[in-house]
Amino acid sequence: MQIINIRKGMDRRMERHVQAPMSRETAAGLQAGDYVYITGTIYTARDAAHKRMQETLEQGMELPLAMQGNVIYYMGPSPAREGRPIGSAGPTTASRMDKYAPKLLDMGLAGMIGKGKRSAAVKEAIVRNCAVYFAAVGGAGALLSGSIKSSEVIAYDDLGAEAIRRLEVENFPVIVVMDSEGNDLYETAVREYCTLAE
Amino acid sequence: MVRKIDVADITRNIKEMCIEANHFLSGDMAAAMEEAAQVEKAPLGRQILCQLQDNLKIAGEDMIPICQDTGMAVIFLEIGQAVHFEGGLLEEAVNEGVRQGYTEGYLRKSVVKDPILRDNTKDNTPAVIHYEMVSGDRVKITAAPKGFGSENMSRVFMLKPADGIEGVKKAILTAVRDAGPNACPPMVVGVGIGGTFEKCALLAKKALTRPVDQRSDIPYVKDLEEEMLKTINRTGIGPGGLGGTTTALAVNVNTYPTHIAGLPVAVNICCHVNRHAVRVL
Repeated sequence: MQIINIRKGMDRRMERHVQAPMSRETAAGLQAGDYVYITGTIYTARDAAHKRMQETLEQGMELPLAMQGNVIYYMGPSPAREGRPIGSAGPTTASRMDKYAPKLLDMGLAGMIGKGKRSAAVKEAIVRNCAVYFAAVGGAGALLSGSIKSSEVIAYDDLGAEAIRRLEVENFPVIVVMDSEGNDLYETAVREYCTLAE
Repeated sequence: MVRKIDVADITRNIKEMCIEANHFLSGDMAAAMEEAAQVEKAPLGRQILCQLQDNLKIAGEDMIPICQDTGMAVIFLEIGQAVHFEGGLLEEAVNEGVRQGYTEGYLRKSVVKDPILRDNTKDNTPAVIHYEMVSGDRVKITAAPKGFGSENMSRVFMLKPADGIEGVKKAILTAVRDAGPNACPPMVVGVGIGGTFEKCALLAKKALTRPVDQRSDIPYVKDLEEEMLKTINRTGIGPGGLGGTTTALAVNVNTYPTHIAGLPVAVNICCHVNRHAVRVL
């Protein structure tokens, strides 16, 4: 937890490189507003895969991927052309996964990549578990695909674009939106530039 | 004089337009995005807009869709009354074009057969097709694949006449603020005012297909469009919703006569990947 102490009192937003999967300490060291490049292994899952994971847990069965330390990317790619690992691959709206995320965070999920607001329950689970919510730039799927070096469906193949994929990423660019201290960049940054009376 | 059009021509054009719209922004949108990157005041906002410039370049050069959500295909057909279609059913021809475009063009299949049972149709059909009969012997096709990050944030407000234009402004701002980062700003805001419950929604959708650099020719509507664009850009939402001065690229408003008791307003929000390809046969 030394990292947290170093970060405290620092106002400056930083550019950082992190590895995925990541430890709780790594996640806790990230601060809302940090520009982060992720390298390593991450997993995709969106609506249908989350629903199925929830059902799997309800049946007392094991999930197709361990949550501990992992990062889930809310993304369903377009099909890959020949010779490419993946098609367009930008984030989808994270709030649709809000119903499922707290449970996965409590099981050790370290990070989520998506776009858009999260519920209070997700925010609390992020703080409770020292996790992190990153935003990737929505609608930049062609650009983001360049940071994905390989993609392999590991579960729920029948869901097509919504299957769970293991991605190897290199310097995948994201921005920390919600950190383990409960900061929310969507709130603070928007306030900074708002010039309308409420 | 009746002009015959083979529906196979409709299929071929729609196939090409689905692929084109998903890889290349129309000229008006491309220009608006380029300008936004130059005028944005927030450093992070500028960085995001520059990434979106890179994204557009990569999409066109490497033929990777601009966004992985290649949308549900919304097709507007303005059909001249003198046109006679032959060779098959028009609706089937449109859906065949969508099917070929999405399967052969490496576009994502995002359509489920039933909203509750949710089995994917695997070829992105059916399209949502809007037919309009007009004078003449031409067919104008507008292909507007619509992503659902922004579609989900769209709203219909059944205002009352007493709410007036101030009520309309409030409705637009409410929809935009609620949408925030979810709608992938900078957004384009399509607004329909008047008609009935479903008519105003269609007006709003059609407004999104109007070039973003083209204002309404009704003076008060033009003023409304300009004022709301300024107001929206003062919300602070900014590119990606991460703060800034570029929240919307345009507000396009369409109007229609309505009932003495009503003032329907629809706000159809589109992300910065506001796709519209147009061809006239």
